[in-house]
Amino acid sequence: MASNTKYYDNLTVSNSPHLVTSLDTTKTMLFVVAALCPAAVMSIVYFGVPAVVLIAVCMAACAFFEWAYEKILNKPVTVRDGSALVTGLILALNLPANLTRLESIQYPIFMPILIAIIGSFVAIVIVKQLFGGMGRNFANPAIVGRITLFLSFTSFMSCWPTTNFQKIDAVTSATPLGYLADGSLAYAPSLKDMFLGNIGGAMGETCALAILIGAIFLIAKKIISPIIPVCFVATVFIFALVYYAVIGGGPDGQSALYMAAFHIFAGGVMFGAVFCATDYVTSPIMPLGKVLFGIGCGLVTMIIRLFCSYPEGVSFAILFMNIMTPLINNFAEDQFYGISKRKKAAAEKNA
Amino acid sequence: MFFKSRHLNSINAGHHKHTAGCATEIMPVPATVRISMSQNIGAPCKPLVKKGDTVLVGQKIGDTDAFLHVPVHASVSGKVTGIETQRNAMGGMDTMVVIESDGQQTMDPEIKPPVVTNHKEFVEAVKESGLVGLGGASFPTWLKFNPKDMNSVKTLIINGAECEPFITSDHRTMLEDAQNVIDGALAVMKYLELDECYIGIEDNKQDAIDNFDMMFSQQGINNMYTFPLKASYPKGAERVLIYEVLGKVCDAGVLPADLGCIVSNVTSIAFLGQYLKDGIPLISKRMTVDGDSVAEPKNIVAPIGTEIHDVVEFCGGYRKPPKKILMGGPMMGRAIFSDRMPIVKNNNAILVFSREQAWIPEETACINCGRCHQACPFELLPTGFADAYEAGNVERLNDLKVMQCMECGSCSFVCPAHRPLAFMNKLGKAMVREASTNGK
Repeated sequence: MASNTKYYDNLTVSNSPHLVTSLDTTKTMLFVVAALCPAAVMSIVYFGVPAVVLIAVCMAACAFFEWAYEKILNKPVTVRDGSALVTGLILALNLPANLTRLESIQYPIFMPILIAIIGSFVAIVIVKQLFGGMGRNFANPAIVGRITLFLSFTSFMSCWPTTNFQKIDAVTSATPLGYLADGSLAYAPSLKDMFLGNIGGAMGETCALAILIGAIFLIAKKIISPIIPVCFVATVFIFALVYYAVIGGGPDGQSALYMAAFHIFAGGVMFGAVFCATDYVTSPIMPLGKVLFGIGCGLVTMIIRLFCSYPEGVSFAILFMNIMTPLINNFAEDQFYGISKRKKAAAEKNA
Repeated sequence: MFFKSRHLNSINAGHHKHTAGCATEIMPVPATVRISMSQNIGAPCKPLVKKGDTVLVGQKIGDTDAFLHVPVHASVSGKVTGIETQRNAMGGMDTMVVIESDGQQTMDPEIKPPVVTNHKEFVEAVKESGLVGLGGASFPTWLKFNPKDMNSVKTLIINGAECEPFITSDHRTMLEDAQNVIDGALAVMKYLELDECYIGIEDNKQDAIDNFDMMFSQQGINNMYTFPLKASYPKGAERVLIYEVLGKVCDAGVLPADLGCIVSNVTSIAFLGQYLKDGIPLISKRMTVDGDSVAEPKNIVAPIGTEIHDVVEFCGGYRKPPKKILMGGPMMGRAIFSDRMPIVKNNNAILVFSREQAWIPEETACINCGRCHQACPFELLPTGFADAYEAGNVERLNDLKVMQCMECGSCSFVCPAHRPLAFMNKLGKAMVREASTNGK
């Protein structure tokens, strides 16, 4: 078979594998944004225009700071990967829906937008980029942004507007955890309202139903592992159940079971467990590490809620466990690593 | 998961088995063949012929005195036009015997079915056949059939998983050559005194499973079984297959024989069945030719030593300019730089990718998602290897058991940051090996 083929002598040589998945970082981040959409939509339903403005400001500011920082320092611009948008959206959903001047507290009219921009700056520039950018930060940017704002602008950050459907004759209301900290649940909303999010609180945190929809989406798409959220929420539930059973029920004669459910729907447990604690960069890799991380988050949250002066502790708990993550990774590696070691461990157990 | 599970982690790398329905076509003998003298992982052979010699089909043209070796045979009849040195797919230099075909395909009259009555003769016959592991490793098969402790080896595992995307040559072997597979397996079991034989087949090849089941019952064979595997990558890796079939953990460096089994590729066993009947050594190979640059993807049988451009021409030529040509599958196959390289014994596929199909996205930063750990069949931590390698930390590489890595490429496949993790694992292993030789 005489060959007239032109030879190809300069083909690409590269290492195997020669096929890769189509799932990249950008798609992963877009899935997270999609999963946050139900919570974002519910925040707009409950809080209206302020929610729209704050979400837009935070996302735009985060994307801008990422772009500007990398541009100024002549680094490759990674704003297209969408991680800044996720940070911005999570940060926005962690803010109270205050936009206008409220009767109860005094601050300039553009203050809320300025605060949102400051939070975005802290999250993107200080927490993420100064530590080396994508994948190098040791703490969750949105969580640190929120904590910074909470400690710097405490009155703004703990002034919760009412939702559009709350039957309360006021512009602000206490959060369920606020009622609990004051020692009486007489005016606290029903569990149904808490599940649907018709309560005071940070914009995205109130509607447990929307968060659950997002969680199921992320788990079904295998973007996150269910281990951390399940361990986190379960720890909060069990801790509350045992605690209230031991002390003989909650305030106003509520049962321990009611109080356990109250604690998982109140505040940021659901939101934090699904969207903040599962941040890839700042949570452990190994399944065992994820279990420890989730349990740790739950424990610290409940200790802050029940025994410390802050009514809410989810963001502090997640930050604390973020810092513990390298230790947890080391521990998990030593325990279960590679199938041969597992076999050895099993053999020792049987012997 | 850290709970005891019967299955090792695996990934869905897509199947792309376009040619599964293509019956094998026998390729006409090309004008010239270039037969490499290094077609096994052991010592290269020395040519037994010189320029100007006339050779016959099946004539031994390369052999050596080294222990780890198999001989090489002529795949065509004709005249030796040169002994050349050519760069091979691994980057090293190989000696090639170039034979110009006379088109007659005259058989060497000395070829006759081997006389085998005991284990020793069986091993000798397998050695003379030139058979190497046809799954890809090209380990001399005769050595595999000669375990240190014969009595402890009880099981033959035939690897028909074919987990690599695109490749269907083993699938066609199981459909078209099933009787040879059974005969070969029965011979191995007889001479090695094995009790049972499992044929591991992925469940996307149900027709092959059904075919074997039917033949076992028709022929009254009750010590051979098919073993359906989940169709996911890398179920056909030797260590994964042993775990799936026997539930035994096979560490890196442990021979399957130490765990009481012998693993062999289904094509090797099929060849063996054929060889024991007619005595023709390994001179041709069934392979899948696929990829978006190939005009007519199909399964072919090509003589060893056929140049790849001849193979592609038989398959309708290039439809688009090739950018990357792979020997083997896309997950572990080797990219070669020239289409003038010859087919070697362990080729089970030639994949020709155009610029679009060969494109790999740019690397971005690791986001610590842990997908590489979840994908790794041995639950290793490829991102940890990569970081330790970049830091030059041999101790950490050892702590993370980098030597357990079998380079299956699952981690690179799933990485959303498209880091070349498998490549860095290989470099990390090389670094550990270097450190241990320097330390001694």
